[in-house]
Amino acid sequence: MALPVSCREAILGCVPGENDRAVTTITRVIGELCLPVGLVLLLFYAYLLWGTDAETEQEQRVLQRRLGEVFRSDGHDGRDGPGPVKLGDALALLRIPRFGAGYRFAVVEGVGPEELRKGPGHYPGTALPGQVGNFVLSGHRTTYAAPFNRLDELRRGDDIVVDTRDARYTYRVTGKEVVDPGDVDVVDPVPGHPGRRPTTAVMTMTTCHPEFSAAQRLVVHGVLVRREERRD
Amino acid sequence: MYRFLWRRLPGGTALRVALVLLLTGAVAAALWYVVFPWLAPRVPIG
Repeated sequence: MALPVSCREAILGCVPGENDRAVTTITRVIGELCLPVGLVLLLFYAYLLWGTDAETEQEQRVLQRRLGEVFRSDGHDGRDGPGPVKLGDALALLRIPRFGAGYRFAVVEGVGPEELRKGPGHYPGTALPGQVGNFVLSGHRTTYAAPFNRLDELRRGDDIVVDTRDARYTYRVTGKEVVDPGDVDVVDPVPGHPGRRPTTAVMTMTTCHPEFSAAQRLVVHGVLVRREERRD
Repeated sequence: MYRFLWRRLPGGTALRVALVLLLTGAVAAALWYVVFPWLAPRVPIG
């Protein structure tokens, strides 16, 4: 035999009042809001995976076309070698044979978020390609076409080819390491020796480590081994 | 909440379904093309 309603509620200890109804409504609305919030987060994740790649590929198409025009120009614009480049503008073309013939990225000036979404960036103030000192590049490990995703696969002796308008510079990998983000002496003119005057041309590539994190930095060092005049 | 919003939409079922799709698409596009490009560089990942 069923108990009268009031008895059942008394046994369950929840006689519904105004307060309870308000709590129920608020709880339900919060619960219902979880669905769109979850969907927006999923969409944002999809954007990080695919949307950022598309953004960078679009930027790279423009940068590489402009770089090609600069390379083809006769170079009699009063500048000797690669001059100062504006933040966000391309200054060189980076190729790494180990990553395949299709691997080519226009390197932009600057390492802020706005520059790195276009491609690997050159630390302003560090050496330019081929110059004595440290030519320092930074790039995304994941997202934004992930130019430096496979940096960990580089081996000692691998070539890194940097094309500028006047010359092709070939660097050779000498080693790699994982450091804390605060270890900025890897970008010194002589890596790891702050204040020392450089006598050789080296390069340093930095990216995030481990993947999908920014807890540490993966660093690859190289040394200039060849300079060829570009005559194409 | 959804029932409340559904009742606020004008027209019959077909028009309401069309409106829901249109509004959802507009919100998604605004997120994808405006909000996310601004937000993504500020997320501390690689």
